[in-house]
Amino acid sequence: MKRHLWFALNSLIVLGVLLLIWQSGVWLGVPPYMLPGPLVVGEAVVNRFPSLIRSLWLTSEAAALGLGASIVVGVAIALAFAQWRWLRCLLFPYTILLQTVPIVAIAPLVLMWAGNGLLSVALVAFIICLPPIIANTTQGLISVEENFLHLFLMHKATPVQVLLHLRLPHALPHLFTGIRISAGISVIGAITGELFAGSSRVGEGGLGYSILYASGQLETDYLFALVLAASALGFCFFFATMFLEWYLLHDWHEANRSDIPE
Amino acid sequence: MVTTPEIAIDQVSKQFRGGSLALDNVSLTVEKGEFVSLLGPSGCGKSTLLRLVSGLTPATQGTITVNGIEPANARELMSFIFQDATLLPWRTVEQNVGLGLELEGVARPVLEKSVNAMLSLVGLENLAQRYPRHLSGGMKMRVSIARALVSRPRILLLDEPFAALDEMSRDRLNEELLRLYAEQHWTVLFVTHSVAEAVFLSSRIVVLAPHPGRVAHVVPIDLPWPRTADTRLSDAFDEQVTHVSRLLRSVQAAAPEAR
Ligand SMILES: Nc1ncnc2c1ncn2[C@@H]1O[C@H](COP(=O)(O)OP(=O)(O)OP(=O)(O)O)[C@@H](O)[C@H]1O
Ligand SMILES: [Mg+2]
Repeated sequence: MKRHLWFALNSLIVLGVLLLIWQSGVWLGVPPYMLPGPLVVGEAVVNRFPSLIRSLWLTSEAAALGLGASIVVGVAIALAFAQWRWLRCLLFPYTILLQTVPIVAIAPLVLMWAGNGLLSVALVAFIICLPPIIANTTQGLISVEENFLHLFLMHKATPVQVLLHLRLPHALPHLFTGIRISAGISVIGAITGELFAGSSRVGEGGLGYSILYASGQLETDYLFALVLAASALGFCFFFATMFLEWYLLHDWHEANRSDIPE
Repeated sequence: MVTTPEIAIDQVSKQFRGGSLALDNVSLTVEKGEFVSLLGPSGCGKSTLLRLVSGLTPATQGTITVNGIEPANARELMSFIFQDATLLPWRTVEQNVGLGLELEGVARPVLEKSVNAMLSLVGLENLAQRYPRHLSGGMKMRVSIARALVSRPRILLLDEPFAALDEMSRDRLNEELLRLYAEQHWTVLFVTHSVAEAVFLSSRIVVLAPHPGRVAHVVPIDLPWPRTADTRLSDAFDEQVTHVSRLLRSVQAAAPEAR
């Protein structure tokens, strides 16, 4: 417990130092349209609070939708990959290709197919989230030790039993590794989508849309606020999944014993 | 009247695809209630032989019968205990012990009763709700044994079950295994690298030679039963250990390539 307090305290000190460096930039005379100080940005947050929250909400909605869909579809694909080796060999390279294709290049395409709006934004998040889920879950499903399989065979377990009682639980920590990676990038995907799809609702837009808008209007202080909000959102997504993972697995999984690494 | 031997291995060879000959013309008969240990240098095919008997892999040549029928059809008579305890980490001790019964579709109340009885038999009542990661190596192995015994097997196949344990835990578990053996009268095939362990446990020791794996010596162990911790202190025990160690060394020396 004491260790955790120390950890939190140190993080706060680091935050203070960072803010100080930032503010000293302003004191040194960098013009506010290039570098607005923390106080100015804070002011922008307060003044534009309702629209900032609205943007955050729209982006999280799309990111969560994309992430959720990628988990469902990714696990289904991983199950197929684990079941049929030939399918895995045939298609696995393409899931890696999906990961290396720049999402910025895909987003306009998605837009052309799915039109302006939430669907397009969530789709871009979905595409960027999918590969880590597939790769990690497949790995978890197929990396079961031979002796465990023999144990199940000795009890004449059916393939369904092997899947439910052995492969799936064994893959769970792997799946969560995938989800953790995807959670962070789902926000990036959604914002990228919004840069192109603009508003996901008529007359308003998520963080990506607002970022474009603020930079167009040279509202640098609000732009800063949006960027900070975007990172905070990614952070929240990451920690939410980490907490879920800890909650579900800490009883039995070694890696979940301690929440802060030594 | 001719009784069917519990395990009959008749001129069995096993060649892995692309690999060398793991077992060459092995014959071995194990009668009901015998405790037979397999000793031999690494790579002489001990694990392979156990897998053939359990029906997990087919023989390339020869026939194996368990209780007179094909091994794959006699699986409900056998339990396999592996070197690492192979406990499912997401299941508690209790749930691990009940795994086999659960897979076989045994009704809940019956399952719980058998599991509880087995846990108290091996002294694990207090750990029933624990997860494997909280257990020591010896405790894990105890759970593994409980899991193997809960389905009331007639035949036990053990592949170096205590190899990873310290000597004291190993001796304790050896004694406990014999106590259970005296109560439940299984037929046992036991693979080990420890001569002392083999002598202590077995009614018969089979020494295998490597490259290719084959039976080199069969040594009956006529130490009196029941065997206890005191058995290890007797001269007769020492003599047997020395004798078997010599045989093992001759087998190792004769091997074309020692690893
Ligand atoms: N699945 C397999 N495919 C190919 N070769 C195998 C396979 N399993 C075992 N072998 C080979 O068969 C031989 C016997 O292996 P086995 O594991 O039965 O030996 P062992 O006596 O159990 O050895 P150890 O004491 O090290 O456990 C070895 O040469 C091994 O390399
Ligand atoms: Mg072996």
